[in-house]
Amino acid sequence: MIEVDHLSKYYGPVTAIRDLSFSVEPGEILGFLGPNGAGKTTTMRILTGFMPASSGRAVVAGYDVFAQALEVRQRVGYLPENVPLYREMTVSSYLHFVAEVKGITRRERPRKVGEVMELCGVQDMERRLIGNLSKGYRQRVGLAQALLNDPPVLILDEPTVGLDPRQIIDIRQTIKNLRNDHTVILSTHILPEVSMTCDRVVIINDGQVVAVDTPDNLTERTQPYRSIHLEVQGPEEAVLAHLQGLPGVLAVAKNGANPSGAAVYTLSTTKERDMRADVARAIVQQGWQLLELRAVRLSLEEVFVQLVTEEVEAHA
Amino acid sequence: MRSIYAVFKREVKAYFTLPIAYVMVGGLLFIVGWLYYLSFRWFLGVSFESMRNPMMASDLDISSMVVGATISTIGVVSVFTLPLLTMRLWAEEKRSGTVELLLTFPLRDSSIVLGKFFAGLAVYVALLLLSLLYPLLAGLYAHLDPGPILAGYLGTFLLGATLFAFGFLCSTWTENQIVACAIAWAGFLFFWLIGHAADFAGSDLSKVLTQLSFAKHHENFAKGIIETQDVAYFVLFTVFCLFLTLRSIESTRWRG
Repeated sequence: MIEVDHLSKYYGPVTAIRDLSFSVEPGEILGFLGPNGAGKTTTMRILTGFMPASSGRAVVAGYDVFAQALEVRQRVGYLPENVPLYREMTVSSYLHFVAEVKGITRRERPRKVGEVMELCGVQDMERRLIGNLSKGYRQRVGLAQALLNDPPVLILDEPTVGLDPRQIIDIRQTIKNLRNDHTVILSTHILPEVSMTCDRVVIINDGQVVAVDTPDNLTERTQPYRSIHLEVQGPEEAVLAHLQGLPGVLAVAKNGANPSGAAVYTLSTTKERDMRADVARAIVQQGWQLLELRAVRLSLEEVFVQLVTEEVEAHA
Repeated sequence: MRSIYAVFKREVKAYFTLPIAYVMVGGLLFIVGWLYYLSFRWFLGVSFESMRNPMMASDLDISSMVVGATISTIGVVSVFTLPLLTMRLWAEEKRSGTVELLLTFPLRDSSIVLGKFFAGLAVYVALLLLSLLYPLLAGLYAHLDPGPILAGYLGTFLLGATLFAFGFLCSTWTENQIVACAIAWAGFLFFWLIGHAADFAGSDLSKVLTQLSFAKHHENFAKGIIETQDVAYFVLFTVFCLFLTLRSIESTRWRG
């Protein structure tokens, strides 16, 4: 649905993105992740046909974003980062304007505007001036205008920034509901958001793609070893020594104690196989009490930091 | 066409939602009305005097001396007030960031430019129509010759369109409305006064300078003369400014 091919953009001497390539399948939600200034917004602006790239090519819904910009814009709903809306218009008149501009016929306009207002939960604000709305409602009006005329591709630049936790959940749910009928690219730097809503993640740093994968695979791949969280009631010295002796265990560290006084350990085990059963058996055989045992996954934050710093080190 | 109309409608609404259009139209009509009153009173005085001097009476003509003069006054006052209408058209979109959405809607750049241009021009035309009140009032008391009045209005309309297109162009250069307004003023005055420089220039240069002046081309209309070269001057100036505006928007895209 979206094909980005060796895209670069320079602002004078400043390189915003360099040789960026990735693709998005129809019906997929792609998370666009990167630190500030990584080139997320620039990439999105190129994909929406707002600005041309310096070199490379991007195809959206089968049309080239530069040569067939009008066709592309007809098929893309865009929510820019700061949600720039005309403050002096009411919600309803603004959405009617966008509907008209997007080529919805006069007869269809009230119905379609009504639909997106309901979908984004702004029907109660219909008569209010956009300038007087709270940030959360403005965000929703921005999403509503992007959804007008049901574009197959949605490009959302930080759709949940500045919202309260309830609104974030609402907007995420709305975006999730769009899956299948729409192809969505959303940029964010809230990492849990990505694991919750996105099918795949593109991590970019310094204008270049660092990784493209599903959130699960990313965590899996970046983790150098498996990690196990363990709580055992028993003689600490003996437990430590015994665990260390198990084949496949790389390191054991004691991490304080839980509230009931049992010691907490973190085991690093080989990546080749799941060691949980072996550890459990070993402890029970010794007659100690096994209180808790679970696999620990690297959080996406850690993956992200790791990938981004690796990149910097590789450059240095 | 449809999209030009959509942009046009939004901009016209914006002019009247924000109070700019009211302030500008009201202010301009007030100034012109006051000058009209003064010239009417002056004409009255001269008329009384000419009752004793029939030779003088034959030269008196209310159509050109009062009404015609008033119409060209509208042109002169427009030089000072039109930047207030043009300054926000692009500068405000750039400052608030709405230009990003506007330029990603399925619209041609040319539709946006024309829609905005016609919207501002429509406000100016509305102002001209309201100012028709003055000739109509004079028409109650005297016989008016419609020819020179219509020519005067045509000239003032063309001048307004030209000033407007120039101010419109200035608005694309900055995201600050005040700066846009200031550049437009400087440009207007330059092209208004450039004819005066002709007095000091050599004979060849002076011809060119005179031909570049707004004032020189506007003069003839006020006398009731419609010359092709004057019409061509204003039309070409307008079209050229619109073309540059389009280019300037394209460059905005490249620079982001």
